[in-house]
Amino acid sequence: MSGFRQISFDAIIVGGGGAGMRAALQLSQSGFRTAVLSKVFPTRSHTVSAQGGITCAIASADPEDDWRWHMYDTVKGSDYIGDQDAIEYMCMEGPQTVYELEHMGLPFSRTANGRIYQRPFGGQSKNFGKGGQAARTCAAADRTGHALLHALYQGNLKNDTVFLNEWYVIDLVVNQDGAVSGVTAVNIEDGEVCFVAAAATVLATGGAGRIYASTTNALINTGDGVAMCLRAGFPAQDMEMWQFHPTGIHGAGTLVTEGCRGEGGYLINRDGERFMERYAPNAKDLAGRDVVARAMVLEVLEGRGCGEQGDHVMLKLDHLGADVLNSKLPGILELSRTFAHVDPIREPIPVVPTCHYMMGGIPTNIHGQALTRNEAGEDEAVPGLFAAGEAACVSVHGANRLGGNSLLDLVVFGRAAGKHIDELLQQGMQARQAAPEDVDRALSRLRRLDTSSEGENTAALREELQSIMQLHFGVFRTGEFMREGIAKLEALKPRIENSHLADKSATFNTARIEALELENLFAVAEATAIAAEGRDESRGAHARDDFRERDDDNWLCHSLYFPEKRKIGKREVNFRPNVVDTFQPKARTY
Amino acid sequence: MSQVLISIYRYNPEQDSKPRMQNLEVEAPGDRDLMVLDVLELAKAKDPSITYRRSCREGVCGSDGMNINGVNGLACITPLSKAAGPARKLVLRPLPGLPVIRDLVVDLSQFYEQFEKIKPWLINDEPPPAIERLQSPEEREKLDGLYECILCACCTTSCPSFWWNPDKFVGPAGLLQSYRFLADSRDEATAERLAELDDPFSVFRCRGIMNCVSVCPKGLNPTRAIGKIRNMLVEQGT
Repeated sequence: MSGFRQISFDAIIVGGGGAGMRAALQLSQSGFRTAVLSKVFPTRSHTVSAQGGITCAIASADPEDDWRWHMYDTVKGSDYIGDQDAIEYMCMEGPQTVYELEHMGLPFSRTANGRIYQRPFGGQSKNFGKGGQAARTCAAADRTGHALLHALYQGNLKNDTVFLNEWYVIDLVVNQDGAVSGVTAVNIEDGEVCFVAAAATVLATGGAGRIYASTTNALINTGDGVAMCLRAGFPAQDMEMWQFHPTGIHGAGTLVTEGCRGEGGYLINRDGERFMERYAPNAKDLAGRDVVARAMVLEVLEGRGCGEQGDHVMLKLDHLGADVLNSKLPGILELSRTFAHVDPIREPIPVVPTCHYMMGGIPTNIHGQALTRNEAGEDEAVPGLFAAGEAACVSVHGANRLGGNSLLDLVVFGRAAGKHIDELLQQGMQARQAAPEDVDRALSRLRRLDTSSEGENTAALREELQSIMQLHFGVFRTGEFMREGIAKLEALKPRIENSHLADKSATFNTARIEALELENLFAVAEATAIAAEGRDESRGAHARDDFRERDDDNWLCHSLYFPEKRKIGKREVNFRPNVVDTFQPKARTY
Repeated sequence: MSQVLISIYRYNPEQDSKPRMQNLEVEAPGDRDLMVLDVLELAKAKDPSITYRRSCREGVCGSDGMNINGVNGLACITPLSKAAGPARKLVLRPLPGLPVIRDLVVDLSQFYEQFEKIKPWLINDEPPPAIERLQSPEEREKLDGLYECILCACCTTSCPSFWWNPDKFVGPAGLLQSYRFLADSRDEATAERLAELDDPFSVFRCRGIMNCVSVCPKGLNPTRAIGKIRNMLVEQGT
């Protein structure tokens, strides 16, 4: 393909959410020419929807709090396949990272003595699980993601980061040595196609919740970065691990923060019973999200669901009183009134477990370097490629993420990637040369769509994909049923590969973007399906009816999905933290 | 199922010499109240060339501000019943006063330029403490009703003063954000910020029309914030 322009930067960040903007900030502050390519104006990124807060041991609510306790909770929450070097780094660096956000202007809620307000969240404990419930989630009311994303955008404006807003990245440009030279991208506004070259390319494209029919995720969460890696032949890790958030609003999918239960709300079934007392006698409604989501589904399956269809449960908040709800959970009042037509001050909110978070993603080390496997079966960094945030799998969440740890993951590892790239650039890292055919390859799917003359259109195909995933790869899974799902995906694949773009216009063509996104959704869905079928045990969010127990002998490891073979392999979990002793796997109860 | 009539503003500069209204009928499930965005998505499934921005679909990202039956609002949190009334007819146009790129997508450059003009970041040149800067709950409360802005542009594009002077009047969204930093106990640039606003246009073009207040999808009150800035400017002048 001829006629594309080349633009060059020291570093490019794909995605303008929390991870991307934190990485960009680090590099802009050091004076490197840094560009953020975002398919939406940055404050429209999905980080904006995070509500409850950012978890870390700043010792405001409890002066004795300790990052090691946070680390213990996170390792346990991950069902022991979170990497302990990464979790240690995140929990230890967390406080400094949060202070930096505060110094940047993030309007945290405050305690009487002027410190940052912290609320209890699920899976939190004091003293390594022995000291009862902790309150460790730093909050700006129930709009923490919004406050954080805007503060980061403001910080980047101040530091002159270049923003290529409403640019859609099509694919990675990989050269003959397997190094990443940059990306191909289209300026959505005028349709211009460019090769954006850089010494470092950071994928911070967020999650892919839109592979499911029912999700808390924004419409833009289509797994673009993970899919780009898969198309380039790089592996994806732990793709079977999807978090179903216990409290999505029934029918709408909109998120209701775990902070509701942190502030004292609880779930009830049709009999008005606080059923979590039976499933998690100690932590009750603040058990791990996977535990609560499964309990809710079981209540419904056993006939104790609410509503005419008996297909949901209720989240009760009215006993907290109007004052607490107005000051601590104002956004939840708004969302409930809009989407559930209930006023939580007086009545409970109908809720149902809803796809929320991708624990898996692009495997990286703690410096954000994307990893692949060499021929000897060892980890190897992909030259020029980095990832951070939900798109990455570093892995701090393992098989189940704790609430409030996603915002922390974003800023800690966005910052870590920025710092590492900073060092590499100081040492003289240069952009890798790409040949014209390398760029051409990264434009092939755009070219196919732009010359398509027949085929099905995007919306119907997307809906079909989402219902397959919802039905066959939900909260509870079985091998046979998943294999049926995989067969359906195989039948869908050629139809998506031959989809038709009727509108070929250049100006703000959202039909073109949605067609490109659909291919990404499919790539992520396929990886999820194959990894889920392959892991024959139950661990964290991955619950199999045909393999109900955790199998540490065979599966105390990451899964690694190889796109070319369409098979999974195994990768060791890191059990070697630098400062503390290893947390050994034990039975996980709450 | 029930029928919804939609009239959508269509303009693709590659094909159209001037904008037109396109009438469409969409079958909507009758069992629940859809949001305007849901109806648009159904329309787009029929005609994929219909163009608009959207992201969070829950009223926090600010992408889908548009003019809905004559009033600016977010499509994703405006119920069909409220917007279209018993006639079940939706009329969707782009936010007024800005150049149209295509259909319901406007060029927000001027809006963002005015936002950037107010230096929307905390200014405090003191070396930060080892922990967070302290702020009392009372000081923090002063930011409520200000920091929640989602930059959807519904207010600014409903403001006649902005339509008239989009290059010189900062507009309600930008001024709300300006006051968000003026009101922050941690910000030390009050004098500098006020000096940059102290001209006949930046603030004083506000005529108290209050369209901004009536359309803000987050229930914020830019007019009140502008009044506070005005008072600060007047006090400083005496």
